[in-house]
Amino acid sequence: MAQEHGHQPDHETYHGHAAPHHQAPLTAYFLVFGALMVLTVLTVWVSRIDLGALNTAVAMAIAVVKALVVILWFMHVIHSPRLTWIVVISSFLWLAVLFVLTFSDYLTRHWKMS
Amino acid sequence: MSDVTLHHGAEHAAEPHGHEHHHPFLQHHFEDMGQQHEASTLGMWFFVAQEILFFGGIFAAYFVYREMYPDAWKAGSHHQNWQIGAANTVVLIGSSLTMALAVWGAQGARRKFTTLMLVLTLILGAVFVGVKGYEYAEHIHEGLFPGASFTYTEATPALTRGVELFMTFYFTMTGLHALHMVIGAGLLLYFIRRAWRGDFGPEYYGPIEIMGLYWHFVDIVWIFLFPLLYLV
Repeated sequence: MAQEHGHQPDHETYHGHAAPHHQAPLTAYFLVFGALMVLTVLTVWVSRIDLGALNTAVAMAIAVVKALVVILWFMHVIHSPRLTWIVVISSFLWLAVLFVLTFSDYLTRHWKMS
Repeated sequence: MSDVTLHHGAEHAAEPHGHEHHHPFLQHHFEDMGQQHEASTLGMWFFVAQEILFFGGIFAAYFVYREMYPDAWKAGSHHQNWQIGAANTVVLIGSSLTMALAVWGAQGARRKFTTLMLVLTLILGAVFVGVKGYEYAEHIHEGLFPGASFTYTEATPALTRGVELFMTFYFTMTGLHALHMVIGAGLLLYFIRRAWRGDFGPEYYGPIEIMGLYWHFVDIVWIFLFPLLYLV
């Protein structure tokens, strides 16, 4: 392609492609939807079982998996350039900082002096 | 705006053959459509990052108060109608599917398909907000709206205060979520018009992609809200 025309614009400087598209097959989206439905049913089902303190952990774990599925396939991060990955990952890193610092204080205030 | 037009005109006068094959929607400060697409989606991801932290703070507060009032949280969430919540989850994830399909359609310049999918997304979003409104009406009817008129007779007074706090989180979190949905619906109206006009194709579908990023983000917030507010 590039060798045919000497004046080919230097698209290569920008992640190697001029046209932005990566088109996933249509069935992929229905599969993702199916997976999210299964996980929704699982969330409800597992909440009916008494796992004690684990219930919330399990519910959150399922929600994280659902969020990952949405982010990777519906939001196309899986086919995105590395720069997008950095922004996505670092945003959750900041969220983790927010949670860890907050909870390391508030959730550890109930210890008893004895 | 006129400034930009003038500048663009001047550029053309200076090099009359330089920009003839421009895509009509290529902003002149970008090299090509690929760069424009990546810059705009990256910018949207930065916005989504702010949104993650915005909701993240409220989620953190939710967990802190839940730790303080575990029994009230249980009572409050058991008061919710989880069947309605689950049905609404299906509706919202369905709207994410149609949104993703709209992006797919835009990538292939399928004008009618894209428009139809955006309209379906709007309808499903409206159903979600409508159901939410019905739930709100029920709660308010039962006196569960936090404030002077809050009434919850199923527990001891100590627990009642906690349930009121739970309901404060419930209304704040679902209210902010619903506000995002309403804003998203407004954006959808704009994009339905543009999609119908035939603006989008394989070279230029970034705006629909960005609309999708917003819509899916709002979906993800609900994915966490549903178990935390209905299934504790």
